[in-house]
Amino acid sequence: MGKITERLYNGVIKENPTLVLMLGMCPTLAVTTSAVNGVGMGLTTTVVLVMSNLLISMLRKVIPDSVRIPAFIVIIASFVTIVQLLLQAYIPSLYSALGIYIPLIVVNCIILGRAEAYASKNPVIPSIFDGLGMGLGFTLGLTLIGIIREVLGAGSIFGFRFLPESMDTLTIFILAPGAFFVLAILTALMNKFKMKGAAAASALTSCDSSMCSGCVNTGCAGRIKTMTEGDK
Amino acid sequence: MSDLLNVSSGPHVRSKYTTSKIMGLVLLALLPATGYGIYHFGAGAALIVVISVATCVLTELVYELIMKQKVTVKDLSAAVTGLLLALNMPPTAAWWLPVIGGIFAIIFVKMLFGGLGQNFMNPALGGRCFLVICFAARMTDFNYDGMTQATPLALLRAGEAVNLKDMVFGNIAGTIGETSVIAIVIGACILLAFGIIDLRIPASYIITLIVFMGLFSGRGFDPYYLLAQLSGGGLMLGAFFMATDYATCPITDTGKIVYGICLGIMTGIFRCFGSSAEGVSFAIIFCNLLVPLIEEYTLPKCFGKGGEA
Repeated sequence: MGKITERLYNGVIKENPTLVLMLGMCPTLAVTTSAVNGVGMGLTTTVVLVMSNLLISMLRKVIPDSVRIPAFIVIIASFVTIVQLLLQAYIPSLYSALGIYIPLIVVNCIILGRAEAYASKNPVIPSIFDGLGMGLGFTLGLTLIGIIREVLGAGSIFGFRFLPESMDTLTIFILAPGAFFVLAILTALMNKFKMKGAAAASALTSCDSSMCSGCVNTGCAGRIKTMTEGDK
Repeated sequence: MSDLLNVSSGPHVRSKYTTSKIMGLVLLALLPATGYGIYHFGAGAALIVVISVATCVLTELVYELIMKQKVTVKDLSAAVTGLLLALNMPPTAAWWLPVIGGIFAIIFVKMLFGGLGQNFMNPALGGRCFLVICFAARMTDFNYDGMTQATPLALLRAGEAVNLKDMVFGNIAGTIGETSVIAIVIGACILLAFGIIDLRIPASYIITLIVFMGLFSGRGFDPYYLLAQLSGGGLMLGAFFMATDYATCPITDTGKIVYGICLGIMTGIFRCFGSSAEGVSFAIIFCNLLVPLIEEYTLPKCFGKGGEA
């Protein structure tokens, strides 16, 4: 159980994909115009993440190392297609709101990153919870951004308008620039409160090279590489 | 010993202008336009000017106190930002518009990037564009003589006639500071006389815009039309006071001309092909973003370096 809770904590707080790892910025900035869209995008990604982590972890000894990336992509793309068809069938409103960003989940670097960095090297159960933790962390980040943008930009929350119609709202927050403002402020606050005292060094030691060597987040992976080289 | 023989590290030549002196002169140069705006639009305009300047100065003060930074309010740059923001507001704006715009301009455009000299975009225009996007209806509601009027540029675009004399003297609807070309040019002359601004930017801006409008507006080089284009839409205010902001314009001489040409082209594109008849503020903040690139390509060669091998 310790491993499971550690994976969940890691995904939601310590290595939150949106606010700490800065992965998957394209859907983060593009679809969070409302809280519902944020939740929808986050949960869709979570489903794909859990399923692909599960399958890739199961197949980790079968997939040859030299073709692992195409193999991962095929698995991820299959799950994305399934989820897309399900959304289109059962939640058409969310399907049309998310639009092109559903197929684009295939290239979301969180999913490939977790497959490469964790699921392809670890047993099935921790991989599932790694996917779940990362997915929930992503959902949390997106929902937070969505709520803030919806409250400021449309005066409503989850579609329920609490300001009188006559009152002006800061429309810019549901437009593209608003996404950048909110993301930047949330990240700044996260750094301020979470990494207080612990400077950049702790961020490095916390991600051991077994997890980060193949991570898509090249900034982080690059630093690990140089560190290990330096050790030699 | 004579100062001339004193060996020391640079800088050796110091300008007699300090930041607060320059900003003070800019404030002085904006006085005619502000004064005319208040005379023209009444006490409401004065209130907006006061609120806007106060908001900007207070925001900078509070931010620097909270962040435990050196308080730089005395350099007057926040006051200039506040005044420019006010001059870009419609005279009937609600009191909270300049408050929101001022806070945004100072915190998001200026202080978060490191304060005066580090901002990548003119703070006053950043604030104005934020307000225009958020409150489009309120920011373009030009009430004059007791009734809501279209600005001359909008009339011109709709093919109606405008009174050029009124535009030059400022007897038109518009934002507080943009209406009177004469008042703005008086202020610009003060800045030019003291060497605060460089004529290259406004000159290349205005000339490019004339050429662009002549070529692409479909009205040809009709002097009446071109003069109306120059006198309207805050072009004069933008060209002399906002495009020339030190932190956000190129430092090289060639770069300044290139920057002015970019401004002219962008403004022309916005005015000819955009959805609104005006585009000076968006053109300026867009070109602000090009400034690092322009500087990169117009860097003068060091003496003794480069040239023909």
